[in-house]
Amino acid sequence: MSPGIEVHNLHLRYGKTTALRDLTFSLSGGKICGLLGRNGSGKTSLLSVLASLRPAPGGSVTIGGEAPFENPRVMPRVCFIPAAGKGASDSADSTRVRTALDLAAATRPRWDRDYAQHLLERFGLPLDKRLSSLSLGMRSALNVTIGLAARAPVTLFDESYLGMDAHARYAFYEELLDDYMATPRTIILSTHLIEEIGSLLEEVVIIDRGRLVLHEDAETLRSQGAVCTGPAEAVDDFTAGMTVLGEQRLGQTKATTVYGPLDDRERERAHAAGLELGPVALQDLFVHLTKELEGSR
Amino acid sequence: MRLFDERSPIYRQIAEQIKADILNGVLPENTQVMSTNQYAAFYRINPATAAKGFQQLVDEQILYKKRGVGMFVSPDARDRLREQRRARFFTDVVDQMVAEAKVIGVPLADIVHYIQHAQSAGDAENGGQR
Repeated sequence: MSPGIEVHNLHLRYGKTTALRDLTFSLSGGKICGLLGRNGSGKTSLLSVLASLRPAPGGSVTIGGEAPFENPRVMPRVCFIPAAGKGASDSADSTRVRTALDLAAATRPRWDRDYAQHLLERFGLPLDKRLSSLSLGMRSALNVTIGLAARAPVTLFDESYLGMDAHARYAFYEELLDDYMATPRTIILSTHLIEEIGSLLEEVVIIDRGRLVLHEDAETLRSQGAVCTGPAEAVDDFTAGMTVLGEQRLGQTKATTVYGPLDDRERERAHAAGLELGPVALQDLFVHLTKELEGSR
Repeated sequence: MRLFDERSPIYRQIAEQIKADILNGVLPENTQVMSTNQYAAFYRINPATAAKGFQQLVDEQILYKKRGVGMFVSPDARDRLREQRRARFFTDVVDQMVAEAKVIGVPLADIVHYIQHAQSAGDAENGGQR
């Protein structure tokens, strides 16, 4: 059974800056969860607490029921893959690819050497090159290789696609899904490229300014939004009392994006009023849901 | 390549696709359908999503489960789907066409004539049967 993750009232500050505010959510084990948020929303801060890179200063975090920080039973089971290029040492690193992989093999209890080899070939990674001479995309590919071949029961990918071209990104998504099915585990993917990975996700957590915006089943989320288009007055009548995420006007026509479940009766009501109801893409929902808080930025 | 529209629940699209395959005979009665994992790998979707699509079809008795073996097409699935579609045909297809014809000013007589013509051309192609 893959470990679940519990985050309770998590609070994190860097000096005067609050990175995470009262974050509470719980992920059951063995699922692929998307962690979505704008730049600076706290995605990396959250993942670094989960990965025991820092203690949970306020509130609590447990993985498989135990606090992870400096916990020898939890830490080897969690693999955190930071975004390439974020570590200051990356560009000055004279380590060779081969050595980086040997290090991962030595520290990861479930390392699969054959699978690592397969990934190296698939991404075209040169074993003898120094990390400092790799492009950003190649460094990301190396990180992804380590993250997948480590087969850790909890694997956290933080914007791991940076610099990868479309081919490499799709190879990553394909390997991730295949390997997840072969070796189920708890996976968190942080991203703002939702369109590309949306179909891989079972759950979605959206955070903004360190706060939880929502935690929802991906399929449920996809059916939550609607764009209601028609004569402005009729649209306003229909959407009165609903959660409105955005509005657009073109002459007499208005398109209002609403969030929340619409039942058959409401759909019929819209149809009878001559309104059109269209679906909202996950990416659009995300943009609307995180824009709503802009006023408080 | 996008196989699924991101904008509506993927499991519903999966269910619709399997129904279409049953209707047009690609999936005959009692044949095994792909496993959720095969389906997920082929379409690059989360296996839980594929499972949800299959579950919907089991609930509708379009598919049935054989424990430890997999999912199969129900013996009467095609007949029942055809019946469902026939029941909706006039509201879903004909009413829409009539509404469109009214808007753009196509006389109903022209439509009837066109359908009869298409029907007889089709019959001639089939060797004049009927």
